[in-house]
Amino acid sequence: MEKSIIKIILAIMLFCGVSLIASSIKIGALVSATGPASFIGDPELKTLKLYVKKINEAGGVNGQKIELVYYDTGANPRKAVSFTKRLISQDKVVAIIGPSTTGETMAIIPFIQRKKIPLLSMGGGIPIIKPVKKWVFKIVATDRMACQKIMGYMKKKGITKIGMISGSGGFGKSMRKQCKDVAPSYGIKILADETYGKKDADMTSQLIKIKNIPGIQAVLNPGFGQGPAIVTKNYRQLKIPYPLYESHGVASKKYIEIAGKAAENVIVVAPPVVVADKLSDNNPLKKVCMSYTKEYKKAYHSDIASFGGHAYDSLYAIVSVIKSEHSTNPKKIRDGLEKLKNFVGIDGIANMSSKDHLGLNPKTGLVLLKVKNGDWSIIEE
Amino acid sequence: MNELFQLILSGITVGFIYALVGMGFTVIYNSSGIINFSQGEFVMAGGMSAVFLLKAGMPFWLAFSLSILITAILGIVLWKLIDLSKERSVISMIILTLGYSIALRGLAEVIFDKELHTLPSFVGDGAFEIYGATLTYQALLVIFISIIIVLFLYIFFKKTKTGKAMMATSDNIDSAKLMGIDIKKILMLNFAISAIIASIGGLLLAPITSTNYEIGIMLGLKGFSAAVIGGLSQPFGAVVGGLILGISESLVAGYISSEYKDAVAFVALLGILFFMPGGIFSNLKAKRI
Repeated sequence: MEKSIIKIILAIMLFCGVSLIASSIKIGALVSATGPASFIGDPELKTLKLYVKKINEAGGVNGQKIELVYYDTGANPRKAVSFTKRLISQDKVVAIIGPSTTGETMAIIPFIQRKKIPLLSMGGGIPIIKPVKKWVFKIVATDRMACQKIMGYMKKKGITKIGMISGSGGFGKSMRKQCKDVAPSYGIKILADETYGKKDADMTSQLIKIKNIPGIQAVLNPGFGQGPAIVTKNYRQLKIPYPLYESHGVASKKYIEIAGKAAENVIVVAPPVVVADKLSDNNPLKKVCMSYTKEYKKAYHSDIASFGGHAYDSLYAIVSVIKSEHSTNPKKIRDGLEKLKNFVGIDGIANMSSKDHLGLNPKTGLVLLKVKNGDWSIIEE
Repeated sequence: MNELFQLILSGITVGFIYALVGMGFTVIYNSSGIINFSQGEFVMAGGMSAVFLLKAGMPFWLAFSLSILITAILGIVLWKLIDLSKERSVISMIILTLGYSIALRGLAEVIFDKELHTLPSFVGDGAFEIYGATLTYQALLVIFISIIIVLFLYIFFKKTKTGKAMMATSDNIDSAKLMGIDIKKILMLNFAISAIIASIGGLLLAPITSTNYEIGIMLGLKGFSAAVIGGLSQPFGAVVGGLILGISESLVAGYISSEYKDAVAFVALLGILFFMPGGIFSNLKAKRI
């Protein structure tokens, strides 16, 4: 009896010893793999798993393997907070990727700031990095940048008066606000500002209102999910003659599939990875976008969703900093992230500084697409 | 004028979408007094299984009939679960349907996927133009089939022996038993019929709204509201309820503000529940409690 106890103790000690020798770099991740934001979190988690495996198969980082510790938050801020606590105090991760949404990120920021662990959020909202928070970064194109890209193009086309119809979910709400914010600086007047619910089955009422306002030259529809596809169908049904602009919320083949013929000639702002193979050869993002698209398809037999790119960029930013700083100390990683220069990711080229924890500019991070014959064609890179 | 006409047409389209879902509620409520909260999930199951059967390479007719069959089986399984439960109160049965809906949603998420899908429209993508207002072919099909279902249910309940047995069961379960009606079989048939109506809805609505694993939440809620406004006990009431909801939503969005659209629909629902707790047809028929 006693002997067996000693054996067990010995075995435990041995086990601990082994795990000490082969100590790995623990990186935490918070993703909404299920629940209302699963369309964002699911490709993110798949991307993280795929590339952590790839990095480890190639020998890890500085000779150490990466261990991904992830939790599914279900897009619930309260869960995000408790998982953050667990990641930091129990799992002792050196950096955290995520959460997937802006709301969850804002909920965990106070705790992150107190515990001094670097965070690379995958949320799209501006408040995450404005004002700058010492431990919080993100390499994700914001909805403000999408508005700037679209309105810059409108200005070039001589469009000064537009109508807006926005989804009333988090995505549509935030982008609607940002677009209204940046419109004056492009000399654009918003003559109609309609909304629709996530649950609506028909948007003709709102669109008729827009159709009957004199002077409108284009319609912009920030929104996500089935809403924009219904808007597009109703738009064609009512034969509204102005060009229709859609947000990056619909930048996937799924949108063309669901809206069908109605999607023809719709202009969509999108992250470059959506059209990786169509980017011009001198686009610095082409290589990374192409390889990501290929690897993802090979591993999961499905098309990429642009959100996965956020996870790829966040993971590789941390890895490149650990390499350049030769350290896994959270403080060192933070300092390294702040010095990140010319980091070529899927979402764009990031240049961080102590004043800018986003580091992307709309020139490299987004492209404008037009739907032609059921496929994307690039109209502005 | 033109605008008003289009708004009303839009309202009618949406109204019949709600009605198509709402009718399923009335069939089950009518016979058992249970409000089946997985009605929306039946709609989802019909649409989603058709999407994936088509993807698997099946021809149209087979995919559609199989998906209707699958949904009917789901309805029967729900009835079996209710039948097996030891707690016989209506409230606990309603909670059971709620749990079933969550389970179906979760299963769909795992078996199918989380993405949006659409079905090809049977009648093409075009639209009729009437005095400058438009109505899509698919919307017209929804209206047409809804009316057929209402007529079918009317004839079924009033003219056939099985239908009459169902009405008898709903009126007085004990005397129905004494008259030799097989209550369990009747109720099972009821759940199957209601699931079949829902799956037809799922097939018809997918080309309009597109479908995914959680589309049932939205359709179920609006369909339930339509059924409640119509008094819960008549398929025809669900159509009228759906139209009241759809047209009021459309007019508010068109003339006041799209922000208030849902609020007005709920105020309409509250108002009707407050002044006519049995729905707008309460005085036409003895109501069940």
